[in-house]
Amino acid sequence: MLNDVTFGQYYPAKSFVHNLDPRAKIVFVIAYIVAIFLAKNFYALGALLLVTVFFILLARVPFGRVLRSVKMILFIIVFTAILNLFFYSGESAYEPLVDWWIFTITYESIVNMVFLALRLFLLVLGTSVLTLTTTPVALTDGLESLLTPLKWIRFPVHELALIMSIALRFIPTLTDETNRIVAAQKARGADFETGGLIRRAKSMIPVLVPLLVSAFRRAEDLGDAMDARCYRGSKGRTKYKKLVFSWRDALGVLFFGGVITGIVFMNLYLGAKFDIIGQIASLF
Amino acid sequence: MQIVAKNLTYTYNPKSPFASHALQGVDLTIEEGEFFGIIGHTGSGKSTFVQHLNALIRLTGGSLTVGDYDLSQKKCKFIELRGKVGMVFQYPEYQLFADTVEKDVAFGLKNFRKDLTEEERTAAVREALETVGLDFEAIRGKSPFEISGGQKRRVAIAGVIVTKPEVLILDEPAAGLDPLGKQELMELLHRIHGGWCKTVVIVSHDMDEIAENCTRAAVFSEGRVAMEGTPAEIFARSEELFALGLDVPLTAHCAMLLKERGIDVQTNFTCADFADKVLALWKAKGEGTHAQ
Repeated sequence: MLNDVTFGQYYPAKSFVHNLDPRAKIVFVIAYIVAIFLAKNFYALGALLLVTVFFILLARVPFGRVLRSVKMILFIIVFTAILNLFFYSGESAYEPLVDWWIFTITYESIVNMVFLALRLFLLVLGTSVLTLTTTPVALTDGLESLLTPLKWIRFPVHELALIMSIALRFIPTLTDETNRIVAAQKARGADFETGGLIRRAKSMIPVLVPLLVSAFRRAEDLGDAMDARCYRGSKGRTKYKKLVFSWRDALGVLFFGGVITGIVFMNLYLGAKFDIIGQIASLF
Repeated sequence: MQIVAKNLTYTYNPKSPFASHALQGVDLTIEEGEFFGIIGHTGSGKSTFVQHLNALIRLTGGSLTVGDYDLSQKKCKFIELRGKVGMVFQYPEYQLFADTVEKDVAFGLKNFRKDLTEEERTAAVREALETVGLDFEAIRGKSPFEISGGQKRRVAIAGVIVTKPEVLILDEPAAGLDPLGKQELMELLHRIHGGWCKTVVIVSHDMDEIAENCTRAAVFSEGRVAMEGTPAEIFARSEELFALGLDVPLTAHCAMLLKERGIDVQTNFTCADFADKVLALWKAKGEGTHAQ
């Protein structure tokens, strides 16, 4: 039942994107998110979509796989889209299409809805390329390396990265455990599929209690295992795999610099998102 | 209930880079009344196979019937089937959840037998706990998390046998138990096997356990049944078992060493039988020397 958690799941393949330095990829994704929020018109969003598709092709991850992680938040996209459709409060230059009770639909609200949905879609699409092409270990290594300056203000960067990698490491373990417990309770006649919301929530108790107990047991075991190996935190610790910034990463940085600049120029010269109404209208 | 599997196939994570073919055409028949052993490596498909038997894993390829239940039918009453085919998972104590032992054991009963009254239910729980060798009055009110490991295992097994399934499947039931605990567990299984429980299926790595207890066994390898027969037949083919990376019981090792020294012991590989046969050979030899 939990096997379809693809968001944040690594997809093994050999590709240019897989080989990029995780630090570079994290910076790209941050730049990408900034670019999405900077984008003020459909040209810019379209350009970003093209960039994303280009990277998915480059990463050799099947599109179905990437789209599956979008499916997870499809509900959120639809929900915000509907809210924006009905409760858009901006000025409208045209007659409202629907005006009933508290609901108003204008041309602007439709455009706004499409714009926001596209924006959210791109957000998930781009970030899932990162998690699909980077192993959790590489990801935390990259994050730790990027956050190193914070050590100056005594921020426990290493410990934070460790917590993150342990959490990520235990997702598949706990998923397996959950599946096993679910199977065991099903064998004793537990029914998780029928009944109303409350009954279903109650039916999860026989799964959640053993899961919690085992999570604590595992945490204690892990703590003992770390103590047995004399783990003392970050002090004097070296890395087995050092991150190396290569020409590929430099190329990627240049490319993303170009993308951001491009978006800014598109914003400046290609008009605001509502211009599209005028453009469509001029067709008729 | 007779269990018939024909050309059973199953793949985990199909159509992905993580796809693994757990079962690749299993043909196996388990008759009612058998004490059946399933032997195999980790990843040989044995656990996947047994989870098919009470529809915890839905059939995706091949056919499987358990008694009158045809698992390839969409209309098959899976919940009812699970009441008749009990399943004890590996380390079953990790599935305990209720605040008292009594409630935990009664969980399956509440799901499968909704018609029972409070008294009948208590009586069934008492019987199950006493069958696994626990004192009902002493343990009923305790939390399943404060009792000892051995007791937890017994409580968990009681939670499965409380509904008196006709077929009882146990995945590595003796894993992590001390020798005495293992022996007691096997005695318990033989005790219930004669009564309401018609068929017992155990999955095990322990060849001695299979040799001592099972009437018949199957060896799984790479998602197929590699060997099938009585333990005596299977363990007589020790070379093939070694080739599959499996072991043979201690008695079979002894028999092989004796054979190297020119003494052929015909045994079914249980300890008692092996001792009898060796003793008989020794006595015969002794009489032989006397006669000279």
